[in-house]
Amino acid sequence: MISGRCAACKNQRRKCPSNCIFSPYFPANDPQKFACVHKIYGGSNVGRMLQGVPTYLREQAANALYLEAKWRIDDPIYGCVGIISSFYEQIQNAEIELAKIQTQVAFYKLQTQHVEAEPNLEVLQSQSINMEQFESDNPTITSWFN
Amino acid sequence: MGGNSPCASCKLLRRRCTKDCAFAPYFPADEPHKFAIVHKVFGASNVSKMLQELPVEQRADAVSSLVYEANARVRDPVYGCVGAISYLQNQVSELQMQLAVAQAEILCIQMQQQVEEDPPVMMMMMPPPQLSNENELSHHHYFTTFGSSSTNNVIHDSFKRQNVFGHDMVS
Repeated sequence: MISGRCAACKNQRRKCPSNCIFSPYFPANDPQKFACVHKIYGGSNVGRMLQGVPTYLREQAANALYLEAKWRIDDPIYGCVGIISSFYEQIQNAEIELAKIQTQVAFYKLQTQHVEAEPNLEVLQSQSINMEQFESDNPTITSWFN
Repeated sequence: MGGNSPCASCKLLRRRCTKDCAFAPYFPADEPHKFAIVHKVFGASNVSKMLQELPVEQRADAVSSLVYEANARVRDPVYGCVGAISYLQNQVSELQMQLAVAQAEILCIQMQQQVEEDPPVMMMMMPPPQLSNENELSHHHYFTTFGSSSTNNVIHDSFKRQNVFGHDMVS
């Protein structure tokens, strides 16, 4: 039970009715919250927007409106769009960095596979030498296959 | 700009569009939806107040960002832009995690390569095992036997390759 007027009704200098749409989300002990949304959106717009969402979502809506209003006051040109833009840039840079590192990892793995493949060439070479030796030692047998 | 045709804001607000109309440069008549949406979310007087507080050269950017925010709010009446920010924040966190994993992987590979190129010195300093004469002979015999059998296996395999492909695979 909230006694006294809510921050919105105090700001608007009016009586705070029992069914005041603002009072659950703009308590008297946090006047700055309503002051921010009032400055950017206007009291009636905030009331209308809160009425447009289901009751169980109004607290989230009020908090989101407050955040956006605060960001707009902090950055009057770009508001929260500046933050979104900054995140897109971070994502782009991180993706480029990730692609670079993944290419490096693939390169190193290829290098390792190449190095592991080299001893096989030595085995094939030694097989060749052994074949030559065998053929010279056993000319009769090898002639069966020619 | 002013003149004969009113700007989008004056059309919507049904008022005369004067020469020094504050909205006219940013809300042209051919883009009525732009002003409609900022008016719906912020209200015309609030938009006017915000633009008045800014230098002229920054007002176009401010209008663009207000239109963006208003669109986001209409699309998502609960979270508006905050929803998008929350989503992007998660994406950034996930990418940073993937980056950390990839960086750890590359460090691991580089360390492995270093170990292969410069094997630990301790192994090279260990003396070979001492063998008696008897053990040396049996050791030698073992290798001879092993060597010939392995040689035979190699020749056998190469013969098989010859028969299958009809030419010497080794050369």
